[in-house]
Amino acid sequence: MEIKIVGMVGTFAENKDLARDIRITKIIPTLEIDEEVILNFKGVEGATQSFIHALISDVIRRYGAKVLDKISFKECNENVRKIIGMVVEYMQES
Amino acid sequence: MKIYLPNSAFLGNIDSFLKNMDFSDPTQLKITANKKWISIHPVVLCMIVALGLNLKPENIKCEKLEAKSKHYLQRMGLFKLLNLKTDTTIIEHESAGRFIPLTRITNSRELTTFITDIIPLLHLDPEQADSIKYVVSELVRNVLEHSESERGAIVSAQYYHKSNTIRLGIVDGGVGIKKTISYAHPVKTSLEAIQLALTPGITGTTQMIGGTEYNAGAGLFFIKSIAQVNREFLMIYSGNAMYKLLKSKLGLKQTTLHGDPFQDRHSKGEDYPLWKGTAVGVDISLGKTKEFSVLLDLIRDAYIKTITERKKEKYRPRFI
Repeated sequence: MEIKIVGMVGTFAENKDLARDIRITKIIPTLEIDEEVILNFKGVEGATQSFIHALISDVIRRYGAKVLDKISFKECNENVRKIIGMVVEYMQES
Repeated sequence: MKIYLPNSAFLGNIDSFLKNMDFSDPTQLKITANKKWISIHPVVLCMIVALGLNLKPENIKCEKLEAKSKHYLQRMGLFKLLNLKTDTTIIEHESAGRFIPLTRITNSRELTTFITDIIPLLHLDPEQADSIKYVVSELVRNVLEHSESERGAIVSAQYYHKSNTIRLGIVDGGVGIKKTISYAHPVKTSLEAIQLALTPGITGTTQMIGGTEYNAGAGLFFIKSIAQVNREFLMIYSGNAMYKLLKSKLGLKQTTLHGDPFQDRHSKGEDYPLWKGTAVGVDISLGKTKEFSVLLDLIRDAYIKTITERKKEKYRPRFI
């Protein structure tokens, strides 16, 4: 399943409530049927660490870091890419 | 309550303004001001609104202002938000590129709209906007999620041409950082609570390192880091305590982000009038915001280092 983030949260991804909705209604159900998830950030100009945390931290905590084999992050700009990298890294540390 | 608006109250010299506030009679608010000139940080205006919103307009008395700059208070929306009549008349100017008037944000939808609106109002380039949007989002969400404020967050911003700086205030009249942090961490003082709130990986929602599925405990650390890398001020006032990150004299390459805010260049005190809630003021220099990407690298290194150290401290072998 490919999830186009900009259409759901706008160009600045900061609304944690929406991030949680995406996780609960789209990401987890897709992983539960053993399918791959593509999070497409095309058009997203910026994101907060809080948004990315609300989007994927529970997924990593729930399934372990190996779940990253089933999740791809597409069309991320440099800053979004760095924030995703940071969240993934600290979730594996914590 | 009595508030005196001085000739100057910005983050560098705000200490005396804070200490002079008088909260002895919470049933009324009396505002007086310097007769010649009033030049104040947006956080000061946000604090006045946060106090005034708890009162009926008839219990707020603002003396007849004489300062030449008195129109500034009206233009920022102080009297409008408090439903006060004023005889100050101003010529309305195009607001774009200058300021964000005092705004009350009570829910997530209003925050999203506010963030969308402020960037064109402040005439920011996309790269400059990153830091501003980031700071506003994280600070206001903190208020909405943790402060238990019935009246939401009061926000205001002003662009200063001379220093090419955006000065932001985000204030609430909620329960304060000490109570919020205390839900998960034992703290004795408001200053200790502020210290913990600024430490990466610590949130009032859990004792778990790395936070919950919804809170990582990184928001305030990010804000402090943005101010620090920009070599600007950050002020947090809650309860009887105030912490102020002072301007760094070092360049970006020499900047070290510390997990413990008390290791940064700062001033602090816990002898301030009791503020029921939290007031945050931050300055962001637009000339340096293009370094946001570099800032993210620095934050990542500091955040991971702090989390790892805390984990090592928490989990040690038990020898019996």
